[in-house]
Amino acid sequence: MGFLNDPFMVRALIAAALVGVTAPAIGTYLVQRRQAIMGDGLGHVAMTGVALGLVTNTSPVWMATLVAVVGAVAMETIRSRGRTSGDVALSLLFYGGLAGGVMIVNLGGSSTSKLLGPMFGSITAVAPEDVTAMALLAAFVLAVALGLRRQLFAVCQDEEFAKVTGLPVRLLNLLIAVTAAVTVTVAMRIVGLLLVSAMMVIPVAAAQRITRGFAATLGLAIGISLTVSLVGTTATYYLNAPSGAAIVLLAIAVFMALTAVSAPLARRRAAASRAAEEVCTRDDVTV
Amino acid sequence: MQSTPHEDEDPTVISLRGATASLGSRPVLRGVDLTVRRGEVVALLGANGSGKSTAVRAVVGQVPLTSGELSLFGTDFKRFRQWSRIGYVPQRTTAAGGVPATVREVVTSGRLTRTRFGILRRADKAAVEHALSLVDMEGHADASVNALSGGQHQRVLIARALAAEPELLIMDEPMAGVDLGNQEVLANAVRRQVEAGTTVLLVLHELGPLEPLIDRAVVLRDGCVTHDGPPPEAVGQHALPGHDHVHPHAAHDAEPLRTGLLS
Repeated sequence: MGFLNDPFMVRALIAAALVGVTAPAIGTYLVQRRQAIMGDGLGHVAMTGVALGLVTNTSPVWMATLVAVVGAVAMETIRSRGRTSGDVALSLLFYGGLAGGVMIVNLGGSSTSKLLGPMFGSITAVAPEDVTAMALLAAFVLAVALGLRRQLFAVCQDEEFAKVTGLPVRLLNLLIAVTAAVTVTVAMRIVGLLLVSAMMVIPVAAAQRITRGFAATLGLAIGISLTVSLVGTTATYYLNAPSGAAIVLLAIAVFMALTAVSAPLARRRAAASRAAEEVCTRDDVTV
Repeated sequence: MQSTPHEDEDPTVISLRGATASLGSRPVLRGVDLTVRRGEVVALLGANGSGKSTAVRAVVGQVPLTSGELSLFGTDFKRFRQWSRIGYVPQRTTAAGGVPATVREVVTSGRLTRTRFGILRRADKAAVEHALSLVDMEGHADASVNALSGGQHQRVLIARALAAEPELLIMDEPMAGVDLGNQEVLANAVRRQVEAGTTVLLVLHELGPLEPLIDRAVVLRDGCVTHDGPPPEAVGQHALPGHDHVHPHAAHDAEPLRTGLLS
């Protein structure tokens, strides 16, 4: 365990654990309402924040959080209006954010290469003050994603029903968007802004290969994500590669492994449920 | 049943007066009056596009009224907050969520309205199990809703509405696409609610197995009420103006069809 003697590596592993837990925690809700693309968009938007942070010499993490939250509110507003032109508006937001980031960095006299770390993640990038910021942001994400899980589940499962039960649906939707934005910046240092969406989606997709319920999917996705984040970060120490790439590739490997395992499982379940249904019903009788 | 005493004196549970609503530029409700009193079972009937579904969605606030008045349990809709008194069964959608959910998880989401901050107490868990048993789904509680048949899925949605132990049950086409066996399970569940005093407003394609329960039928046609009174006789529904079947514009003397459960 020699890598633990390097202080940067300890910080990297703490950051990886925070990413590993938070990304699928909120990602499960995004996947449930088929909004997986949202994390990707927020990652792009956050680039402008990172650039602003670099140019103004303020914390890129907090700047990225600020800009991503503003972007999230804008995206949720577009979504809730339900306009058909919604995806055009989202594209403007996504790519405007990315292009804006590149432009700001260059105009501010920095090099575009400084954006590569935030884009793909790096184990040496986690500054001590980043750990504090990430821990605070992660605490917020978990408070929302786990503390309000029943309410968020209801909203994502059937929005109209949730409204009629009196849940503050608009507020909860906004909270999901803002929490996703915060998660993006938690993930920025280790996984990177262009790959963060992968950690919101792939562990969830992998988990639901073998789960039947929402809580089980959420729990297993967090377990998978935490494991691949820690293993991927450690591997990076020896491989000298961007940590985000290693983590995401590992997550995909887990997805494929579970897919391979689940195929016979699903066949057995289907056979069992077919057998259970094989009783005479009045529909069998031809009149 | 939790409710404030002074409102219990008012027997009117739903009062819709002169309601108009549009979808886009198309007027869907053109001055609908609908009153449902405590303990009544009222069926909304009408052809596709007659506005019956829009009417119930307006009652639960999901379609904004362009004019008219709505009050629930004697409270003007704008000030109405006692959502736990209402159990709502929306029209079944085929779109499943992107993440699996168990039957119990879905039914539990109907109980949230009775909880504080979504924390389930023992009574809440018991209510969920009871709702599952009302629709004979307790044996499937841990199954994924994505694996259910259409009829079973409908039973889950009704259990979800019943989990809050509502005083008023509002159902939008609960029998649509449900096979005969499941229709009977559903009808039994609704019958037990009615016997316990629950008020019911439901949109129906045809009266079907619920017929004996229905006190009053309101028939809509082109966004207007054309009949408000005793439910039509067994075959009489097909003779009503604006009746709805595989032969939408057939003459009134056309031979009524006895089938057509899958609408």
